[in-house]
Amino acid sequence: MLKFTAEHEWLKLEGDVATVGITTHAAEQLGDLVFVELPEVGAELTKDGNAATVESVKAASDVYAPLDGEVTEVNQAIVDDPSLVNSDPQGAAWFFKLKLKNPSDADALLDESAYKDLIG
Amino acid sequence: MNRAQLRRQMSLCVYCAAWRLFLDHSPTLKQTPLHALHLSLGAKMVPFAGYDMPVQYPMGVMKEHLQTRAASGLFDVSHMGQVIVRGTSYEDAARALETLVPVDILGLKPGRQRYGFFTADNGGILDDLMITNRGDHLLVVVNAACKEQDLAHMKAHLAGCEVTLLEDRALLALQGPSAEKLLASLWAGAADMIFMDVRDASILGADCIISRSGYSGEDGFEISVPADKAEEFAKALLAHPECEPIGLGARDSLRLEAGLCLYGNDIDTTTSPVEASLEWAMQKVRRPGGERAGGYPGADRIAEDFATGPVRRRVGLKPEGKAPVRAHAVLYAEDSPESPIGEVTSGTFGPSVEGPVAMGYVPAALAEPGTRVFAEVRGKYLPLTVTALPFITPTYKR
Repeated sequence: MLKFTAEHEWLKLEGDVATVGITTHAAEQLGDLVFVELPEVGAELTKDGNAATVESVKAASDVYAPLDGEVTEVNQAIVDDPSLVNSDPQGAAWFFKLKLKNPSDADALLDESAYKDLIG
Repeated sequence: MNRAQLRRQMSLCVYCAAWRLFLDHSPTLKQTPLHALHLSLGAKMVPFAGYDMPVQYPMGVMKEHLQTRAASGLFDVSHMGQVIVRGTSYEDAARALETLVPVDILGLKPGRQRYGFFTADNGGILDDLMITNRGDHLLVVVNAACKEQDLAHMKAHLAGCEVTLLEDRALLALQGPSAEKLLASLWAGAADMIFMDVRDASILGADCIISRSGYSGEDGFEISVPADKAEEFAKALLAHPECEPIGLGARDSLRLEAGLCLYGNDIDTTTSPVEASLEWAMQKVRRPGGERAGGYPGADRIAEDFATGPVRRRVGLKPEGKAPVRAHAVLYAEDSPESPIGEVTSGTFGPSVEGPVAMGYVPAALAEPGTRVFAEVRGKYLPLTVTALPFITPTYKR
């Protein structure tokens, strides 16, 4: 199941694990990314807390945790080559996997059509 | 990330309070003569120094930067102020301007240009500018954000001179290794000019003033064009497959790699020219002991900096890791909060350097290239190496 946040993240839900990345819209707005910083595996994230940082030539932006959970895996490929986030933001360029504290919280997130309405 | 962050990405220097002050939040932003062209080219527009300006085109900052270094890029810098200073003679106007600007203007030959700055009474810098000997008068080009203040300053202090802002001219910068070839396709005289030469030319029926200069570290030209001919002129250059339009985003990363100061970030009223490592711009004749030493605002302070050496220095800073270190990051001697020593004044990712680049101020004792300092970024202390500027090898045609 694919969910979205108003902070321009996508979540692919499989059981109690969510794979998290930033949306195509966000990647387009950010422009060419040159640096990505990911959380540590094992980090406990709190919804709306800082989870990762992305930087374009122009500026840095925070990526927030979409839900409470523990980071179980991070995508080193986007740290090694941040341009992957621009070329495949909703595929190969996922950011991290989160073992959700309360998987049912995901129900409250946006579905794809609600997110599309949001970005107009 | 949130909407505010996404929006901020479109503004230029989000961390820089000084630049934010220059952003005009009124709905009546001014437009340059190329505004309609920018929109038709799909530019993202941002408010900058009271103007609605292109920060990037669909190509994006990274590719625009590399395009300029590999072939050529066309920049709209019409927001900058082009000002005529006219006295009873060139010497008269030059002598007057030397009371505000500590560089050798009297010794500038006709058709030559040089860099300078207006100093403040405390020895700080009010603005930086380009000065041209136009035979019987001076042409100066000042920063957009400072132009009203500079005009008032010159009108108040250049006794007997007529100071006129040219409101009906655009200013284009054509930068990059193929700039000469492109301009020469419209005007053969381009090839005969060297760095800092200034010539008149009639191009496409327009009376242009051409200087071989720019702010990218590349060879190139700045072309003053009558406003009503600017779009036709820009389109003629952009028609060439080697030329692309370049926004303010890439202009910033290009000038930073070239080690060039951005007024409001790297220099301002709190930085003396010697602290800013700009003493190269003060010719011997205007330095302490020179024939025309002093006689400008803040001369005593600047003489003291020359005599005793400045307390701090603007230096190049190369972050050792991959993370960009941005303007206003605090610098430390050690990787701990006990020893703050200065601040980063400009920092970004340098597309040609293929890594982060920065400039900032450190105590003179730590200004030697090779010295390691630290910057706090998101709670971490990242190592940077003091590095000679520029980060790239400029290709000016000397």
